[in-house]
Amino acid sequence: MKYFGLVWKNVWRKKIRTSLTILSVLVAFLMFSLLNAIGQAMTGGGATIESARRLVVIDKVSLINLLPIAYGNRIAAIPGVDKVAHATWFGGYYQDVKNQFGQFPVEPEEYLALFPELEIPDEQYRAFLANRTGAVVGRSLAEKYGWSVGDRVPIHSSIWSKKDGSQSWEFDIEGIMENTSSGGSDAMLLFHYEYFDEARRGGQGLVGWYTITLNEGANPVEVANAVDAEFANSPNETETSTEAAFAESFMEQLGNIALIVQLILGAVFFTLLLVTGNTMSQSVRERISELAVLKTVGFRDRTVLGVVLAESILIIVIGGGLGLLLGWVATTALSSAFTAMMGIGLSLSTGLVVMGVGIMIFAGIAAGIFPAMSAMRLSIVDALARR
Amino acid sequence: MRFINQVFAVTMLNILNLPKRIATSTVAIVGVLSVVLVFAAVLSMAKGFERTMIATGADDVAIILRSGATSELTSGFSNEQTLIIGNMPGVLKDGDKPVSSAELFVVVDITKRSNNKDANVPFRGIQDGAFDVRDGVVLVDGRMFETGKNEMIVGRGVEQEFVGISVGDTIRFGLVDWQVVGAFEAGGGSAESEIWTDVRVLQDAYRRGNSYQSVRVRLESPESIDALKEAAEADPRVDVDVSSERDYYAAQAEGLSRFIRILGYPITFLMAIGAVFGALNSMYSSVSARGTEIATLRALGFGPFAVLVSTIIESTLLALVGGLLGGALAYVVFNGFRVSTFNGNSFSQVVFDFAVTGDLLVQGIVTALIIGLVGGLLPALRAARLPVAQALREL
Repeated sequence: MKYFGLVWKNVWRKKIRTSLTILSVLVAFLMFSLLNAIGQAMTGGGATIESARRLVVIDKVSLINLLPIAYGNRIAAIPGVDKVAHATWFGGYYQDVKNQFGQFPVEPEEYLALFPELEIPDEQYRAFLANRTGAVVGRSLAEKYGWSVGDRVPIHSSIWSKKDGSQSWEFDIEGIMENTSSGGSDAMLLFHYEYFDEARRGGQGLVGWYTITLNEGANPVEVANAVDAEFANSPNETETSTEAAFAESFMEQLGNIALIVQLILGAVFFTLLLVTGNTMSQSVRERISELAVLKTVGFRDRTVLGVVLAESILIIVIGGGLGLLLGWVATTALSSAFTAMMGIGLSLSTGLVVMGVGIMIFAGIAAGIFPAMSAMRLSIVDALARR
Repeated sequence: MRFINQVFAVTMLNILNLPKRIATSTVAIVGVLSVVLVFAAVLSMAKGFERTMIATGADDVAIILRSGATSELTSGFSNEQTLIIGNMPGVLKDGDKPVSSAELFVVVDITKRSNNKDANVPFRGIQDGAFDVRDGVVLVDGRMFETGKNEMIVGRGVEQEFVGISVGDTIRFGLVDWQVVGAFEAGGGSAESEIWTDVRVLQDAYRRGNSYQSVRVRLESPESIDALKEAAEADPRVDVDVSSERDYYAAQAEGLSRFIRILGYPITFLMAIGAVFGALNSMYSSVSARGTEIATLRALGFGPFAVLVSTIIESTLLALVGGLLGGALAYVVFNGFRVSTFNGNSFSQVVFDFAVTGDLLVQGIVTALIIGLVGGLLPALRAARLPVAQALREL
C-alpha cells in the first residue's frame, strides 16, 4: 500500500496513452457484462432455486403430444411424489400475432400449490376460484397491455377451437400475480382447466404436461425414473426431468448461445491483453533509467516487479470497474425492452461481477508480467549507462 | 503535384519505418481484425438462415393453412377439405388431377450430434404430389419409402446433424419402429431439416384419423394465387389462409434474423469503439516516436498538410490490413459452417450454413476503414502541429 502513490504517478505518466488503454478496457468489460447478461437470461432464463426442485413430465416423443389426464393420479401414487399438477400450452395471442405469451389452463388450487413463488392477493385469488371464466395474469403483462382486474380480454388461440368453431376465448381478469423468485418470470395467464376442457372442440381429457414436487429427502433421479417406468410401453411414454433442466434444454435448441458468447468475448479479451500488454511494455521501456535509479536507492527486485504489476492491474481495474458499472446501468436500462422481446429481464448477477473482477486481476497480471519481469531483471549498471 | 509527391514521400517513410514500431502496429491491426471477424461471423448466421428459408420458398407454390393458424402445427383440415382445396381454380392440374400434397406435420425428439441432447425435428407425412410441389428435391441415397410401410426418407441436414438417423438405421418413436430407407437434398432449403414419410402411415402412428394440417399446391402461374385466394374466400366449406410459399418462409425467417441483427450491430459498434482506442494509441505512439523525424522533414520544407495526410494514410492502411485479415479469417473459418437452430414457427430445428457473403465482407472492410480514419485523425493533427524548433531540440 505504501507504494500506491508511486504506482498512481506512473499510471498517469502519459495521460493520453493511459486514458486510451483504460477506455479499451472499459469497452471490453461493458461487452463482458452485456453479453453474459443476455446469454444468462436466454440459457438459464427462468432457472430459479424453486425450479431445480420440481420435475416436469412430458410425452417422450415430443412436447407437442398430449398426455391423458388420468396420469395425474398414477403419478401421485408413486413413492416420493408430494404434489402433482398439470398444465397445457394454449398457444394464444392478444389482438395481434406478435403479442404472444404463455397461457395455461390449470387446476388453480393444485397448480398454485406447486408454484408458491407466484403470489396473488387473497381476495383476488378467491374471486378467481369462484369465476369459471376467470383468469390471473402476471404484473408485467398487465402493465404491457394495460389490463386491470375486472377487464374482459379476448385471447385468440392458434391451437384450440371452442365447440362453436371460434378460436377467440374470453377471460375475466380476476387477479394480478407477481413472481417473487429472483430471475423468475410472471409473463403468463392462468385460467380454469375445467372451463377449457368443457369448451374445447377436441382433445377432451388430454393435458400438455405434469409438474411434480417431491417429498422431503426423495431422490429426484429415482422419482423421475419411477415415473417414466410407470408409463413405459404405453401409447404415451413419458420423459421426466427437473424443471430447470427442461427449460435449459429448450433454450439449447436455439443453438449454443453460451459458446457464441464465449467466442466473441475470447476475441475481445485477447485484443485487450495485447492492448494493455503493449501499453505496459512501452511504459517500462521509457522508464528504464528511472527503474534503475529506484534499484540504486535500495528497492528490491521483487518490489520493482510488484510496482510494475500493480500498475498494470490498476489500469485494468479502473477500466474494468467503470465497464462493469456501465454494464450494470445498461442492463438495468435495457431490461424492460428485453423483456418485451424475449419475455425475460436482464440483470447483472453477483456471480458475473465476481467473475469480472477475477478476470481483471488475471488480465492485469497476464498483461504486466513480461514487462514487470524485464524491469525486475534490469541490471543497474547497464540501465544507467543506457546500454 | 508537389503536394502529392510530399505525401507520397512521407507515407513511404512511415511505412518503411513500420518494422521499428512492430508491437504497437500489430496491436492496432489485431484490434481491427477482431472487430471484422466478430462482425462477419455473427451476421453470417443471419445471412445463412435467411438464405435457407428463402431457398425454400417458390413463387408458384401456395401453402394453405386453416385461417388464423400461425404455422402448420396449429392448422388442421379434414380429408374432404383438402380435396376441395385441390380442385380450386388457379391450381395446376396434371390431366384432371391437381398437383398438390396434403400433409401432416408432427415433431419428434432426436439426439443432436453437437451436444448429445434431444432436439425437435419436423416429421412430415406427404402425398405423392410432394415432389411436384417442391423444386429441387432429389433422392441422393437409398430409395423412396413404400406406401403403407413404416419407412421414411430423411433430409441431408437431419442426417448430418442428428444421431442414428442415417440410411439403413432403425429409429423408435413412441411404440413404433421406423426404417430409414433414403436421404434427400432440397437445394439447401429447410426441407433438408425434415423427415418424410407416407401421410397415411403417419396419421395412424399418431392417431390423427384422416386429418391433415396443410395443403401445398403448384399454381398455374405466380399470379393465379389471387384466383385461388378469391375462390377460397368465397367457399363456405373451407376457412383458410392462402399464402405463397416464398412469403410464408420469408415471414418465418424474419424473427430470428432480426434478433441476430439486433445483437450483431451493437456488438460490432462497441467493439469498433474499442478498436478506435487501440488505433489512436498506436498512432499517437507512432507520431511521438517520429517526433524528430517529422520536425526534420518540416525543417526541410515539407508542409504540415503532407504530414497530416500521411499519418492518416498510415493508420488507414493498418486498419485495412486488419480488416482484410479479419474478413479472410471469418470466411475461412465460418463460411459454410453448418449448424441447426430452433425455428419457433415450426417448433423444430432448421439446419443451415453460415454465409459470409460479399456484402458482409464489404461492410466489414468499410468498418475497418472508418476505424482507421477516426483513429488516425487526432494523432495526425498533433503531428502536423508539432512545433519544429522544440522537437528538434529534443535530439
